[in-house]
Amino acid sequence: MARHAIRLAWPFLSLALLLLIVAALGSLAPTVIQRVITEAFIRLVMVIGLYLFVGNSGVLSFGHAAFMMTGAYGAAWLDIPVKSKKIFLKGLPNFLGQAEFPPWLAALCAMGFSGLIALIVGVPLVRLSGLAASIGTFSVLVIVFVVYSNWNEVTNGTSSLIGLPIYVDLWVAYGCAVGAMLAAFLFQNSRLGLALRASREDEVAAKAIGVNVPFSRLVAFVLSAALVALGGILQAHFLGALNVLQFYIGITFITIAMLVVGGTGSLAGAVIGTGAISLVFELLRQLEVGFTVGATEIQLPPGLRELGVAVIMIVILIFRPAGLMAGREIPLPGLFNPSTARAP
Amino acid sequence: MTAFLQVLADAASQGSLYALSALGIGLIFGIMRLVNFAHGEFIMIGAYMLMLSAAPYVPLAILATLAAVILLALLTERIAFRPVRRANPTTLLVTSFAVSFFLQYLFVLIEGARPKGFDFLSSLAEPFVIGEVRVPKLNIVTIGITLVLLAALAFFLKRTHFGIQMRAAALNFRMARLLGVKANRIIAVAFAMSGVLAAVVSVLYVAARGELSPVMGLQLALVGFVSTVIGGMGSLLGAVVGGFLVGALTVALQASLPLELRPFREAFVFAIVIVVLLARPRGLFRGREARERV
Repeated sequence: MARHAIRLAWPFLSLALLLLIVAALGSLAPTVIQRVITEAFIRLVMVIGLYLFVGNSGVLSFGHAAFMMTGAYGAAWLDIPVKSKKIFLKGLPNFLGQAEFPPWLAALCAMGFSGLIALIVGVPLVRLSGLAASIGTFSVLVIVFVVYSNWNEVTNGTSSLIGLPIYVDLWVAYGCAVGAMLAAFLFQNSRLGLALRASREDEVAAKAIGVNVPFSRLVAFVLSAALVALGGILQAHFLGALNVLQFYIGITFITIAMLVVGGTGSLAGAVIGTGAISLVFELLRQLEVGFTVGATEIQLPPGLRELGVAVIMIVILIFRPAGLMAGREIPLPGLFNPSTARAP
Repeated sequence: MTAFLQVLADAASQGSLYALSALGIGLIFGIMRLVNFAHGEFIMIGAYMLMLSAAPYVPLAILATLAAVILLALLTERIAFRPVRRANPTTLLVTSFAVSFFLQYLFVLIEGARPKGFDFLSSLAEPFVIGEVRVPKLNIVTIGITLVLLAALAFFLKRTHFGIQMRAAALNFRMARLLGVKANRIIAVAFAMSGVLAAVVSVLYVAARGELSPVMGLQLALVGFVSTVIGGMGSLLGAVVGGFLVGALTVALQASLPLELRPFREAFVFAIVIVVLLARPRGLFRGREARERV
């Protein structure tokens, strides 16, 4: 019975365990490395959110950074100290401007708010497929970016918003990443998730057996927007500062690259891809900061990180188009697997 | 009336640039279902080439720009796009997204991220006055060059050997190959032509703005992208009409929106894009092969 449960939940358990090991090792490491790992976990929350929609529906979204934006700013509206609000956010309505919510409540409200926006834009968008859907979601990103960049009274425009409470550390990020994975795992094995995966393989055939494609896509879209928003909220409360440029083409590219490199077809793909790209990103950042070989100091110019990620992505697309994990989850060790375990 | 004519003249020249960008993207899409995000970077690199070679003699610099962008287009096709040619459109889209990022950050690495001022053909900025309408000479040059290029392209597609093969490939790639159209060659020709279109946009754009930066291509690629979608993916006429429509829409919104809403102009443009996509998911002019078969 217990073995059965472990077998069913293995794809999730294995990844949670993997991350636990990373987090535990990280907590022993110096602060700099802890911060790198925390950032990777935050990215992971975003990538898993993206995966929940893209991986299950097969529709590539270029618009999810918009929900990071609505989430991060939504939480900031609630939990920035009142005296900062009076300086930066003069346009907030009174019930927000005069109040200061606890961060967890702010995060939940902001996730709900982003989910609501996803629901509104999702109702028409999920009817589109293929390229039209990608471009539709991209249009949403541009609209949200333009609105938030220019709506100075409540976003401080293109200037940074500072003074957010900083509460995200390694373990908070770990908890959120595991929570996001659990949500994605439960969704992909639910009735609706399986129906959506069927429509990913063949939309016409899925419709023929009675799958309501727009509805299942919409549910995935709203859930994934809420998770991606959590990623944005975490990032804002990790750095303590917020800027509209954080949530535009750059982060869109990075999160899509992570998902594509790992493989869009499985939860393990999202995790492995995030890990691989984060590692490369960090190594290249070290090169940009500079290092010494013998007596000469070598420092490579900025831009190298993005360049490196783009090269890796192209190489993966050419030689392993289904990604590193190629749609598989982490295999079960023989102990729990009746097909390979020996009979006593 | 004067105001209307003024807006019309601005819209025509803005639309020309957009139509040329859209055409470069539409050409490639028609043949291999690749939405080439990197087209914007072709334009950006053309602009840098122009700056590097502008000093001695301008026509020579324009020729060098043309040659460099064509070479670049052919190289990206050979290195990045040919190996993934058989993949589905989404994979192709992601590949071009990666290529676009690669080229953009390559130039951040080489040239730095800051925009650079570059005074090129600034004498063309003087207005040309017809009645009460003032049109910069550059706009007339832009419209003129666009019309000539469109006519040349139409002639190429209707009358020449390669043009006919290209239309056949756009209609049904597999059938065209069975009838002896060489896939590699025809795709290379399409990329070379999109390179020519990109180089022309580089020259006109730099002359109009007088500055360049590694991210300058992004906006043009986006607009080109959006125009091809509005016009109907796979239809070249659609791409051109879409480009002019988006140009006209942008200029009209700029002229008609109240002052406090003007910064939100792009948001209105993209909202209209979503509306068009919903009303006509296959665009205004539907490409003949755009329908999915079961």
